[in-house]
Amino acid sequence: MLAVEQLGRDFGAVRAIAEISVTFEPDRFTCIVGPSGCGKTTLLKCISGLLPPSRGRVTLHGRPVTRPPREMALVFQDYSRSLFPWMTVRDNVAFPLRKRRDLDAAALRELVEESLAAVGLSDAIGRYPWQLSGGMQQRTAIARAIAYQPEILLMDEPFASVDAQTRADLEDLILAIRRRYSMTVVFVTHDIDESVYLGDRVVVLGPPPTQVKEVLEVGLPAERDQITTKKDPEFLRLRSHVFANIMNREEQG
Amino acid sequence: MKRNGRTVLIALEIATPFVLVTLYALWAAPRDSFFFPPLGEILAALRADWFGERILSDIWPSIRRILLGFSLSAILAVGLGFALGLSRRARIATAPLVEFFRALPPPALLPLTILVLGVGDVAKVLLIALVCLFPILQNTIAGITGIDPTLRETARMYGITRRGELLHVVLPGALPAIFAGLRTSLSLAVIMMVISEFVAASNGIGFGIWQAKRLFDIPLMWSGIIILGILGYILNMALLQIESRVLAWHRGARKAAE
Ligand SMILES: Nc1ncnc2c1ncn2[C@@H]1O[C@H](COP(=O)(O)OP(=O)(O)OP(=O)(O)O)[C@@H](O)[C@H]1O
Ligand SMILES: [Mg+2]
Repeated sequence: MLAVEQLGRDFGAVRAIAEISVTFEPDRFTCIVGPSGCGKTTLLKCISGLLPPSRGRVTLHGRPVTRPPREMALVFQDYSRSLFPWMTVRDNVAFPLRKRRDLDAAALRELVEESLAAVGLSDAIGRYPWQLSGGMQQRTAIARAIAYQPEILLMDEPFASVDAQTRADLEDLILAIRRRYSMTVVFVTHDIDESVYLGDRVVVLGPPPTQVKEVLEVGLPAERDQITTKKDPEFLRLRSHVFANIMNREEQG
Repeated sequence: MKRNGRTVLIALEIATPFVLVTLYALWAAPRDSFFFPPLGEILAALRADWFGERILSDIWPSIRRILLGFSLSAILAVGLGFALGLSRRARIATAPLVEFFRALPPPALLPLTILVLGVGDVAKVLLIALVCLFPILQNTIAGITGIDPTLRETARMYGITRRGELLHVVLPGALPAIFAGLRTSLSLAVIMMVISEFVAASNGIGFGIWQAKRLFDIPLMWSGIIILGILGYILNMALLQIESRVLAWHRGARKAAE
């Protein structure tokens, strides 16, 4: 189990995160939603062990996280900048696996190809990142994360800079992947609809100095659909609730 | 359209030297000037001397000096550049020194190296290496510090070892800048080779040109200058060839970004 315990982070005199405590149960899909600049990336970097917290700590199975643990993979917000431009799609996905002793060459190849097939990129395997569209680059980054076979998948606004159609496709792709590989997912977004559509649970963050405003259980069926789910009264209720909360307005009706 | 443009460019590149040489031949032939001898005499000297015994006695020693000095500085500068590029402290501490040497006109070091190291081959190679060091060093540092932090964070996130990060992330990321430094230094290497051979040498292309001037063998002098030009051109082409192989991804990425 992954736990964030009274975590705070300052940048110089700026208090980016005041205090956040939240736990992530195995196999659950948690969306973290909050306004731009509220410290979502900072929180994910602290969780992943890339950034030391100023206060509090992060524990994984009871042990404090001080550097990126083998159990976690992170899909960065700037996906285009996290792909190595001198490596093909195949090599980008295979790069984190190069020290895996339990995989022989054939198994490694299969794992890479299977992960790319899971995101629908089998045809682009020999291309370089700069030969791909934004959505394809993002899917490469996702394939790299799932090939790493993490227990916990951290995603930082992964669909923020792709068009609406691609975004809907990628959302459903993530749900499919999540059903296929059992993983704890921590999904950061500033899109309220997206957070309710994807999550089993939504953690709402306030503006800086950041705290958890609310944790919401999403009572929607596990199977989600872009059209029917988004018409579901429960979906509509939750999204206006989160919206009102973030905008600091009293709920109407 | 694009293809055509390329063909025209290549044709121009080949045609221009021919036109210039022809113009010179036409201009010099009737004059019989002492300082600007007819093309035939220059070509005769080129064939008889430079492509004769001087290939071994002068051209090869010069090439050897360039290649040894340049390779030595490339190895040292990239190694040192890594150390400085990865440590902010070391970088700040050495910045004034690097800037100073980079700003210094390279021939200014010649008297010093003659005094300290003498006039032998070793001294020439070391002088070339010293002068070539700073552009490569500076570019390596810039290349390393310019790598997108997200790339290095990605490597850390996925448990890449320090060694793996240096070899597969930092080095390729810095390589475009390193090559820019290598190109600058290669032309400096040719310059320093010539100058050091002018001042004190018993062989080499620079020595040959200087000697020809002293003996008033003007066609020989001119043909030496032509040899130098050709040598510089070939060396530069060779480096560009290597670069386009190694950095194919970089060219593609830059084109894609346009
Ligand atoms: N390395 C840093 N140095 C200084 N300040 C930083 C640094 N990283 C983040 N901050 C500050 O911390 C705050 C939170 O930044 P963060 O990137 O975590 O926000 P975010 O919620 O991810 O924003 P966005 O939705 O735009 O991605 C911001 O005020 C930002 O300016
Ligand atoms: Mg962010």
